[in-house]
Amino acid sequence: MKVRLLDIAHARSGDKGDTANVGVIALEPEWYPVLERYLTLDRVTQHFHGIITGPIERYELPNLRALNFLLHGALDGGGTLSLKTDAQGKVFSTAMLRMVLDVPDEEARAAHLPGMKAWPSYTRSPKE
Amino acid sequence: MTQPQTLGVPQRFDKRVRVASGQGFWGDWLEAPRRQVEGGDVDYLMLDYLAEVTMSILQKQKERDPNTGYARDFVGAIESVLPAVAKRGVRVIANAGGVNPPACAAAIRAVAQKHGVSDAIRIGVVTGDDLLPRLDELIAGGHPLANMETGEPLSTVRDRVLSANAYIGSTPIVEALGKGANIVITGRSTDTALTMAPLRFEFGWAADDWDRLAAGIIAGHIIECGAQCSGGNCLYDWQNIPDLANVGYPIVDGSPDGSFVIYKHPDTGGRISVPSVTEQLVYEMGDPHSYITPDVIADFTSIHLEPAGENRVRVFGIEGRPPTDSLKVSIAYRAGFKAVGTLVYSWPDALPKAELADRVLRERLDRLGVRVEHILTEFVGVSATHGPLAGEVHDPPEVQLRIGVRGPDKAAIERFTREIAPLVLNGPPSVTGFAGGRPKVEEIVAYWPALIDKRVVQTRVEVLT
Repeated sequence: MKVRLLDIAHARSGDKGDTANVGVIALEPEWYPVLERYLTLDRVTQHFHGIITGPIERYELPNLRALNFLLHGALDGGGTLSLKTDAQGKVFSTAMLRMVLDVPDEEARAAHLPGMKAWPSYTRSPKE
Repeated sequence: MTQPQTLGVPQRFDKRVRVASGQGFWGDWLEAPRRQVEGGDVDYLMLDYLAEVTMSILQKQKERDPNTGYARDFVGAIESVLPAVAKRGVRVIANAGGVNPPACAAAIRAVAQKHGVSDAIRIGVVTGDDLLPRLDELIAGGHPLANMETGEPLSTVRDRVLSANAYIGSTPIVEALGKGANIVITGRSTDTALTMAPLRFEFGWAADDWDRLAAGIIAGHIIECGAQCSGGNCLYDWQNIPDLANVGYPIVDGSPDGSFVIYKHPDTGGRISVPSVTEQLVYEMGDPHSYITPDVIADFTSIHLEPAGENRVRVFGIEGRPPTDSLKVSIAYRAGFKAVGTLVYSWPDALPKAELADRVLRERLDRLGVRVEHILTEFVGVSATHGPLAGEVHDPPEVQLRIGVRGPDKAAIERFTREIAPLVLNGPPSVTGFAGGRPKVEEIVAYWPALIDKRVVQTRVEVLT
């Protein structure tokens, strides 16, 4: 099943020099294992291919139900050197949320993952 | 730096200490400090003013006028909270001193005098972080101050260095509090030390109580960006976050065991929730196992969050370990010039028009022999923030063409700025949005992160009475 990252996670990004960090957080506790298994280094590297110039690092924070990615060479030199609108990498978070993950049907059903809908203009309101 | 075992007051296990965040960066909401001390009882007000290149801006100001070089907003902030400091015992900790903490202290003293409360104000001044006067001595002494990202020694840009400051930790702030200061002014303290220091002081945490020190650092990380943990810039359920116009800034309610609750004053807007705090925790995160500070290395994979009532999140379980023998040094140096020009093209075919304008401009620069080190074109409304990930945008109502250049040759950058406006009359049609005039040429002050042996940095604390 195709699952949009936007439907199962929220995110925030920031910078350190020419590196953008993107923290991706599961919207529901039961969805964190899906992130851990399918939001892989390979998939994220593929997603940002041609957009960043350096490698990517990936860290797991099961305690926060979050993954942290470091995208090197993402900010056109970074800081004051960068000519980019997003020189501080503030919206790499939403660029990450454009990803679509492939999750086996059975696993998707077991975790009650939402299926693909039309792209919404806002984040899904999670159940509290 | 020598680390005294215990600098604070004796431990009491029922005690709670409230540290309020009133400023997340220089330029943050002017109302926030006053709202934090008037909205309910707090013990400390923490104000963070310094970003990576702020020190160099302040250094330039100080070169022009030796009485400047600190965050001027801080004077207004103190004025707005003076009654709470003078009469209610709220203590203020700020890294507003920039490259000139003594001048900052003098300005604060003048404000206190003006309001007739100078007897009630004891200003603690922390210095010793400024390495600029010692730079050549340090390099000669075998401290290469190599760039942490590129490995290059500082000697390659030495003649262009504007400022150099070691990030210092909580110890001198704790010392200033111990000496009775109720306003503590530092230079390049870490943002997190501003919050951890009062907790360490009040609870008497030892300098090697790694877990509690780490907890204080993480409390600091959560509130150091002001409202960014209490509903500001929060993606999670953003459309239902209430009353952002009246957003409440975060407050740490700390306990002696290192656990704490993040909350905000009643009758304020925004939202403090596990998701809002988590978003702030991952902000600017590197390797989560090792959040390195001068005091302690905090492990973000040990943090536990739980809801603790409306707009309250409890944080506990934090683990830390001993710090490294180095301090990070923030160095700023002149790195050439840049300029960014923009024009707006309208429907129909806004994007092809903007693309043509970009080609025309580049061809003209080429024919003029204008050489720049780097040129970057973005199409705002189409691909500026997400690049090719945004996919195809079908005939948008308008597109902003945004072209930036940078390079060492100021004349080339100047020439570029003269080539934008002419496009309005001699380039593609349906163009507007040039009212701002010619783009400004800016000198680039770039950031050079380095490490230095802790032992060569001696901080000093003075309490002015």
